[in-house]
Amino acid sequence: MKSLFNILVVSLLLALSSAYATPEQDKETFQNFYTEMFPDISLEGFGDGVYALDQDARDQWEAMNDFPPYEEDLEEGEELFNTPFSNGKTYANCFENDGKNIRQNYPLFDTKQNKVITLELAINNCRESNGEELLRYKKGEIAKLSAYMTYTSKDSLINVKTPDSKEALAAYEAGKQYYYSKRGQLNFSCANCHTQNAGRRARSETLSPALGHPTHFPVYRMKWAGFGTLQRRIDSCNKQVRAQPLSGQSEDYRNLEYFLTYMSNGLPINGPASRK
Amino acid sequence: MTPSITLLKKLSLLLVLIFLTNIAIADTADGKKIAFDRTKGNCLACHAMDDGDMPGNIAPPLLAMKARFPDRAVLKAQIWDATVKNPISMMPPFGKHQILTEVELENLLDYLYTL
Ligand code: HEC
Ligand code: HEC
Repeated sequence: MKSLFNILVVSLLLALSSAYATPEQDKETFQNFYTEMFPDISLEGFGDGVYALDQDARDQWEAMNDFPPYEEDLEEGEELFNTPFSNGKTYANCFENDGKNIRQNYPLFDTKQNKVITLELAINNCRESNGEELLRYKKGEIAKLSAYMTYTSKDSLINVKTPDSKEALAAYEAGKQYYYSKRGQLNFSCANCHTQNAGRRARSETLSPALGHPTHFPVYRMKWAGFGTLQRRIDSCNKQVRAQPLSGQSEDYRNLEYFLTYMSNGLPINGPASRK
Repeated sequence: MTPSITLLKKLSLLLVLIFLTNIAIADTADGKKIAFDRTKGNCLACHAMDDGDMPGNIAPPLLAMKARFPDRAVLKAQIWDATVKNPISMMPPFGKHQILTEVELENLLDYLYTL
């Protein structure tokens, strides 16, 4: 069983490191790896993270969600979203479809600036172009705003694209590289925990599959008593392995988010969500 | 030689012996602490071992170490840098990355051989 599993992992790593694989082929390999490993979980079920794997934890989680702990912060996000800037314009003016139901398209690759634009970066770009101060990344107002924008996108399928450009592909490849590289004093890659050992336990913590990670962010963590963006969550993992967390919206984090979200293409947005 | 001196000699020999066995016991006790401590070995994150509470299930249980690792150097090499044997190993390179000191490693090895 274990050796069969190792063959699976090694073939996944080989497939993903093949120079000829397109992002689309990577995605197929990536999703098949998890759906074969967890045949009882539907594709959209992966958006529930560890709660798709552990029934006891799921029962507690569902009970908690009868009164979601994030309700108040989500309402605040809506208020912030609708509050006009001092020039009278609003966030709705910056985005397609007035900023509703668009989370599934982020991160996107901007072929003019040649960089990955996450939703949080787009929020601050909107503020900047309207002469407002930039928000701090990872938590606070930006996470509340982003949570509201996720909320208006519920059930839409993640649809991240790699435009036909050398730079877009390079950003994607850099994100993939980050995901599979070992780092920190403890020498873990994201893949060590969320691919190779998904479903196993580190002490009493079940390790979630990376498939489905981006569907439900920002997440309200009891530990934070507030919302945090995907990049804030990744900080926690980097600290665990004694690696230096990166600053919010740094190039490495944006590229990682681009790769990670591309791998979940086709899964429905189901956030914001609560986690312990 | 007067009888009292022989007695003294015997006593001091006994003391030395007690002292030495105490060191050995202290070493393996330290080794266990190092293995269990989340900020040190944290072996329990992945391996079931001894009477450790809520071990992870990422790696095989650590038992019968003497029989399976008769050569101490082989065991040490696994803990020093597991990626030599298995490049995609999940196990942290405790020696190579100075997660544990040389003394801590030796104490840990003493303890592992009691399993
Ligand atoms: C040493 C193990 C380990 C490593 C390495 C690790 N993580 Fe995690 N990660 C965890 C644990 C444990 C959790 C909490 C339980 C869960 O949801 O998996 C977690 C949670 C997460 C979550 C939240 C999942 C959810 O549904 O809320 C994301 C996203 C995540 N990790 C991404 C990453 C990324 C990206 C990397 C690499 C930069 C990484 N992790 C590296 C152990 C790890
Ligand atoms: C994060 C996971 C992890 C941690 C922490 C960890 N190991 Fe391991 N260990 C493994 C894995 C996985 C293997 C299987 C072989 C491989 O992939 O290297 C292994 C294999 C071993 C082996 C050889 C296999 C065997 O037959 O028993 C020994 C000995 C060992 N570990 C000792 C330790 C000790 C001692 C510690 C703590 C100081 C420790 N490990 C911490 C994951 C871990």
